[in-house]
Order: sequence, then C-alpha cells, then structure tokens
Amino acid sequence: MRAFIVLVQKEFLQIRRNSFLPKLIVVFPIMIMLLMPLIMTMDVRNVNVAVVDLDRSTTSHRIASHIEASEYLTLAQTTAEYSLSIEALEQGEVDVIVQIPANFERDMMIATPKRISITANAVNATKGGMGMQYIVQTIARTLSELRGEKSPSKLSELVTIENRYNSTLNYRHYMIPALMIILFILICGFLPALSIVGEKESGTIEQINVTPLSRLTFTLAKLLPYWIIGLFVVTVAMLVARLAYGLIPVGSVGAIYLGAILFIFTISGLSLTIANFSETMQQTMFVMFFFIMIFMLMSGLLTPIDSMPLWAQKFTTILPPRYYIEILRSVYLKGTSIVELWINFVALGIFAVIFNLLAAFTYKKQV
Amino acid sequence: MSDIVISVRDLTKCFGNFTAVDRISFDVRKGEIFGFLGANGAGKTTAMRMLCGLSYPTSGSGSVAGFDVMREGELIKRHIGYMSQRFSLYNDLTVWENMRLFAGIYGLSAKQTEERATELLNRLNFSSERNTLVGSLPLGWKQKLSFVIATIHRPEVVFLDEPTGGVDPVTRRQFWEMIYEAAEGGTTIFVTTHYMDEAEYCTRVSIMVDGEVRALDTPFRLKQQFAAESMDEVFRVLARGAKRGG
Repeated sequence: MRAFIVLVQKEFLQIRRNSFLPKLIVVFPIMIMLLMPLIMTMDVRNVNVAVVDLDRSTTSHRIASHIEASEYLTLAQTTAEYSLSIEALEQGEVDVIVQIPANFERDMMIATPKRISITANAVNATKGGMGMQYIVQTIARTLSELRGEKSPSKLSELVTIENRYNSTLNYRHYMIPALMIILFILICGFLPALSIVGEKESGTIEQINVTPLSRLTFTLAKLLPYWIIGLFVVTVAMLVARLAYGLIPVGSVGAIYLGAILFIFTISGLSLTIANFSETMQQTMFVMFFFIMIFMLMSGLLTPIDSMPLWAQKFTTILPPRYYIEILRSVYLKGTSIVELWINFVALGIFAVIFNLLAAFTYKKQV
Repeated sequence: MSDIVISVRDLTKCFGNFTAVDRISFDVRKGEIFGFLGANGAGKTTAMRMLCGLSYPTSGSGSVAGFDVMREGELIKRHIGYMSQRFSLYNDLTVWENMRLFAGIYGLSAKQTEERATELLNRLNFSSERNTLVGSLPLGWKQKLSFVIATIHRPEVVFLDEPTGGVDPVTRRQFWEMIYEAAEGGTTIFVTTHYMDEAEYCTRVSIMVDGEVRALDTPFRLKQQFAAESMDEVFRVLARGAKRGG
C-alpha cells in the first residue's frame, strides 16, 4: 500500500512539474467544447441558387423570392438562359440551378405543366443533396401557397411536425457528446501511454523494474492520476456545454459519470497496453492514431451506426466508444436511465477489465 | 559455503544467433567487492541484468542471495540494489522525493524512510540539497545519489554498472570510499568498471572477453599470473584477443 501511495504521489508531482501538461489539461477541454460545436455542423447554409426563369410569371417570381428569403439558400443569379447558369455552376459560383419552364403558370392552371428542373453540383454530396432538398421544400411551399389561396385547406394545417428529444434539431446537441468522447480519448488515451514510453526512453523504468514492485501496483498507480484527470475533464466539458450551449442532461448526471469512469478505465488501459509494446514515442503515437481513427470514424461519433454497411455495424460491437456515445446521447437528450442502458454499462465494464488486465500483464519486468 | 551470495554456473544469454554471454561460472562471497571487468561489448551488462532479474538466461543456472535467477527474479529483487549504467533516477523529482519513492517501493514506512533518508543525506553531506531537483545536480552528485538510493533498503548485494563513468577523480575517490564503507557493513558489491586503478581496489576481479570469463582472481595474483606490473597491463593482454567490441 505504501508503494502505491508513493507511486501515485510521484505521478502527480511529475504531471505538476511538467511545463505544459497542467495547462493542456485545463485549456484543452474548454477550447474543444467551446469552439468545436460551432464549427462541426452538418447544417448546410449559403447554398447558392441560380434561377433560370423562362416563364416570367407571378408564380416564377414568387418561387425566386422565396428562395431569396430562405435562411439556407442564397439567390445568386436570375437569368433567362440555362447555358449561362451552367457556366456559373462549373465555376463554382452556383451550387444549384432551378429552371422554370416557359408557360409554367399558364399550364398549371389548365393542364399538367412541364416540370421544373433542378440541377445540383454534387461534388460536395451533403451540400448538393441538402440544397436540393431545401429547394424542393421551398418550391412545394410556394406551390401549395398558391393553391391554398384558391382552396380553403392549407397544407401546413394538414401536417404537423415534431422532433422528439432534440426538439430544435440542433446538430450541436448531437455533436457535444461526441466531442466529450474525443476529449477522453485524447487526454486519457494519449497521456498515460506517453508517460510510460517517456520512462522507457529516459531509462527510469529500468530502476523500477529492478525493484520487487508488482506489475499491477505499478500499472494502477500510473493510471489513477489520469482517471482523476478524466473525471475533471468530464466535469469541465459538462459545465461548458451547459453554460455555452444550454445543453443540460435530461437524465441523471450519475449515469454520465458512471459511464465516464468505465470509459476512461477502458481507454487508459488500452493506452498502456500499446505503450508496453512500443519502444519509442513515434511508435506509440502512430499506433494510438490508428486506434483513434477507427474509434472516431466507426463508433457512431460523427455518423450514425445504423447507416453503415451490415459488416461494419457488426464490427462496431467491439469498439468501446460506441457504448459510451449511446449512453451519453440517450442520457443527455432522452433522459434514459441506467437500468435501460444496462447492456452498454456492462459492455464498457468488460472492456475496462480486459484492457487493464492486458496492460498489467503485457508489462514485462524481466525479458 | 553459506557465505556465497552469488553463484553462477554456465550462465548463457543468446540474442538470436549472437551469444552475448557464453557459459560463465563464478562465485561471489559475502562482503566481497567483486570487480567485473571487460571491454565494451564483452557482455558485462547483459550478465549483470540476468543476475538482477531483468533478463532471463538462455541456459545455465545461477543464484543470487539464495534465489534462482531463472524462476525467482522477483524474490531476488527484494534483496539487491542496482545502479544502471545510464542515470535512471527521476530528474523532475527532488533528492528527497526520489528517496521517498524508492524507499516506499521497497516497503519502508514513512517513519523509516525519514530516518534512513536523513541518515544517508548526512553521511553524504547532502542535507542542504534535500529539496533540489535531481536533474540540476552535477553528474558526480547524481552518481553518489544513485548509489545511496540503490542501498536505501539495506540490500545484501549491490550491482553497480560503471558507476564512475564520466566522474572526476576526486568524486571517484569519494565514491569508492562509499563502496568500501558499504562492504565493511557486510554488503556484497558487484561492480563493473573501465578504470584499472579501480580494479586494484577490488577484492577479486574477473575479466570478460567475447562473452566468456577469461581470468578470475585477486588483483595481486592476476598480476603475478600475467607477469604484469599493473591491472592495466593484465587487461590489455587479455583484451588484445577480443574479436568484438573495442
């Protein structure tokens, strides 16, 4: 026990004496939680639209003015020639072209009109797709308005829309839990590994290896400070989310902390295991990055797991962040209880035990 | 024979096809200062690491403080101190923090640590540097501190791997006084060195060439055997035939 206490003391002293670690631990969570939600947004704005108006009627004018008034769309040009706007599309000045055929208004009154054609630059698939959708919605609204002026029932009264749990469909509320996980991975994943490999590079680990200190004691003493730092980071992250973005967990904070503890155990255990197999900082960093890429891109942090191919969905069951992101999002947005999420907690618990035992047993004192 | 602290028979370590240590055998008695000499690359450090439980022997047998080097490495570690060739205390901790750390690891209580640290610091005339960061000490002081920390738990055997490399003659002299003092207290010293004047201070000396022990006796008798005037000459006669290192 005495050995454990002096070792933990040593780790804290070393972190405190490091010229930049303490700053990083405080500034990093605040920066990421404050700035990234503003930047990481999937909302498509500023879609530049060209309207090729061959009709020149009240209807076509109204469509154009609705496009202009839209929060997401910008009316970049109105021409009477398709070739002009295609040129603009090629030059990147325009993202979507809306062509309203001649006699559209007249035909609408008497018969089936020629179709309005929409051409989108889909190089940026998200922007093209979303821009297209916004335009279809805008046109549909215009047309139903026109129709509504002639018939008593309005379309907007026929359909009601409600987004449950993230009522404003705020993409930030979806991203903030993911950012918290990225923070854990960076701080509790990288720092313990670098600390161990640092001891290998400076040779101090040899002086430890020649003592009767048990592998488990050494490993736990190495990790404990980072667990505490991790809990500090989750607290800061939750505070920033609340103060800056008004995001308050609907469910219990206890569930978030329990998940955080299990997730931090897991990721730091993985980190030490990697360090045990590496001799240099470069090796460690490179292998850590490999895992982090997979964690970030495949665990449902940024894109929904449900839209992945089936084999990838199966693969995600062995990725620890997948379970914690589910806990975070459900607790934050839906208020799901620990009991309902038990399977996620159990999965994280199993990972935590496996990785930490692996870390303790892959640490070789004698080679 | 109960006073034999280290006993080694045909100890061998291979790395792939390379035999770093080739069937060495020797005994070290309690309280001896055993000089372990050899050119660079002769296999001294590898042999020492096997005795300290840092490295598994490929074959052969050995015991340190009564424990088997093959199977009881962790038990050996309770009874030995080790000072690596490379300075390996924590540079970002103070003198006292390093002492507290290693004393704690060896199971000394807070009170015992305080007593022992004060005693050792006084003996070194080092009490004023108690709260100095180790990284800012001059090399000679670092080496003395390493030795003191390697003996903080009063081990039966202390392994010193080139403890005086790069150290000035005055400090070297002081260092050897510390070694003598420890040996008089009954601690066995197992030391490697490249300084032949230091070899003269040892009770017995072994000289390794190309992974094998080529000579082993007291400095006096080795000089007789090789008809040499100094250990320096003895060493040169033996090392001349070395195929590797140098």
